[in-house]
Amino acid sequence: MADTPAKKTEQKRKQKADPGRQSPSTADWHTTAYSVQKERLAEYSTIGNLSVPALVGPEQRDHWSFEEKLGYPGEFPFTRGPQASMYRGRLWTMRQFAGFGSPRDTNERFRYLLSQGQMGLSTAFDMPTLMGYDPDSEYSLGEVGREGVSVSCIDDMEVLFDGIELDKVTTSMTVNCSAAPILAMYFAIGRRRGISWHEMGGTIQNDILKEYIAQKEWICPPEPAVRIVCDMIEFCTAEARRFHPVSISGYHIREAGATAVQELAFTLYDGITYVEECLKRGMAIDSFAPRLSFFWDVHNDFFEEIAKFRAARRMWAYFMRDRFHASDVRSYKLRTHAQTAGVSLTAQQPVNNVARVALQALAAVLGGTQSLHTNSMDETLSLPTAEAVTIALRTQQIIAEESGVVNTVDPLAGSYFIEEMTDRVEEEAMAYIRQLDDMGGMLKAIDIGFPQKEIAESAYTFQQQVERGEKTIVGVNKFVAEDEVVDIPLHEMDNAMEQERVDWIKKYKASRSQETVHKHHEALRDACKNGSNIMPVLIEAVDDGVTLGEVSDIYREVFGVYRDPGMF
Amino acid sequence: MHSSVRDVSGVSAVITQYGRKLVTESKPPLRILVGKPGLDGHDRGAKIIARALRDAGMEVIYTGLHQTPDMIVRSAIQEDVDAIGLSILSGAHMGIFPAILELLGKQDAMDIIVFGGGIIPDSDIETLQKKGVKKIFTPGASTVEIVDWVKSNVSGRGIPASE
Repeated sequence: MADTPAKKTEQKRKQKADPGRQSPSTADWHTTAYSVQKERLAEYSTIGNLSVPALVGPEQRDHWSFEEKLGYPGEFPFTRGPQASMYRGRLWTMRQFAGFGSPRDTNERFRYLLSQGQMGLSTAFDMPTLMGYDPDSEYSLGEVGREGVSVSCIDDMEVLFDGIELDKVTTSMTVNCSAAPILAMYFAIGRRRGISWHEMGGTIQNDILKEYIAQKEWICPPEPAVRIVCDMIEFCTAEARRFHPVSISGYHIREAGATAVQELAFTLYDGITYVEECLKRGMAIDSFAPRLSFFWDVHNDFFEEIAKFRAARRMWAYFMRDRFHASDVRSYKLRTHAQTAGVSLTAQQPVNNVARVALQALAAVLGGTQSLHTNSMDETLSLPTAEAVTIALRTQQIIAEESGVVNTVDPLAGSYFIEEMTDRVEEEAMAYIRQLDDMGGMLKAIDIGFPQKEIAESAYTFQQQVERGEKTIVGVNKFVAEDEVVDIPLHEMDNAMEQERVDWIKKYKASRSQETVHKHHEALRDACKNGSNIMPVLIEAVDDGVTLGEVSDIYREVFGVYRDPGMF
Repeated sequence: MHSSVRDVSGVSAVITQYGRKLVTESKPPLRILVGKPGLDGHDRGAKIIARALRDAGMEVIYTGLHQTPDMIVRSAIQEDVDAIGLSILSGAHMGIFPAILELLGKQDAMDIIVFGGGIIPDSDIETLQKKGVKKIFTPGASTVEIVDWVKSNVSGRGIPASE
């Protein structure tokens, strides 16, 4: 019925007769003015395979309630942003993730970034630290200080934040299964410097559920690991009001190959799970919900990403109001950090990554992020050089200071297409939420490998689409440079550093009072076993020199070790 | 020479599954161990490769994460594989590949072909190939390319490779 030649001819005739003619409806426009035959592709879809219509018109918004779906910025359901003034009031925090080598190396990079106008710190730890091993463990061989900074005791933490005012600069720490001893060290150095914990602002990632789902950095099985997360939420709620004790992260889920919809659904469900676990221990929803924060990936598909940010805020506000009966407006507000998609960067023609990062960063800003890390162009090749990191930071500064997009609040609201995409992303994510509810929650779903398999399936589908040329990656499967020689400066690693760290931690361990260390080990073991909050015990332990590896060994001993089910 | 008793029922299942092609070629499917050594948990690539090799008719054993070189070599010998493919994105490749080759040498199992992929600079690739790693794929390599390479360069038990 659509596009019949007779109708087309009729349309052309009418337009000739009346050049000012307007289609009476979107449906009419589709059948008369628009030509499917002239489309370049057989099918238009987002990176996440949501079909994209040629045009969304006003009729598709007829069923739509402004109050229910949109509202005003800073008001329920927060689709348009968690604050009323958004970037007119305060820009997002430009927070570049950094860390490599020894604590001294990273301290120098931190000071450099602050001197360049960065507004908050973000710490990348090395693999041994992230997995709960000291540098002198056999598992640490070849990995010390390589992908982040090596931190295993309070003296390391002192050096890492040397000369940085912990009550002025907010610090984000990306660490999960070994988050508790790291946070304990951070609070312990604050106490040594005479700073009240309530004055120390920052975020610790501490989202263990997404580790089992995607990033795979774990020590013990999910149940005790979630308990430790809740210990930290409980502790910060009482003792460190400005600290975000968990950053519920979609980033790693997405990087592992999930679609935007899967990232949104699994991450919000992780948030639901932490909330439920905290409620089970008798905490009041409004006492801790305002301290929960989120972390999204920003991939290439511009509108799908913006829709994801908006849908996330709306969904969380409704969960908080209707599922958890929160009554403090701060509990309703989903605040988020964002990072451009590392997985979207290419090793081929690496300078092109600057353009990708700029578009992704713009999507995060138009989506209404509170904090942003922009990736460096050289990250598929090595740790970023200081020069590449600076370009990435400048990209954010150009968006903030030159583009003008910050001058009005949520400029895209009301766009037929943006609102349609936001609804669509929400609907698809809600289908997963219901499925997870039916499975009995995220812990059960992880146990049967459900989110893991869904992500692996999406990753494989995308790879196949790229190989068939259905999805384009410039420089990889289209516009490929012949005989390309990549010639950009790369970050050089100091190969002697690992041995220095190993020698140092061995000497450090030997220098402590073994009696005191033993006493702290016993106290921690007891806290792990008897279910009391481990944080107060941990802070005293690390202050007396107990190391991150030792804490993790006690977890392993008391809770057991989790093994990768290895499904593909 | 490494050897182990093959699971007969497993073989017949594979022959049924990939039926005609295998029977006419009368060649058992290649057995590949996909390994993820070290502490790094970025397993998207390893899983995609495992899946692509399986879809190409090979028998794939995926080790899961956090494997030591010793664990990988033991699995490879127990599973009687023709090749080991390692995915390393953490920068630890210069420690891990040589450790695996050395262990294979000690077990008299150097006929198991070792290849891999990850974020590995060209200068390191050269060094690793000199040490006996047969091939390193870098970011952007397609699954088709990898499957084709395995088909051409890995021979099934006792059967020479076609190229």
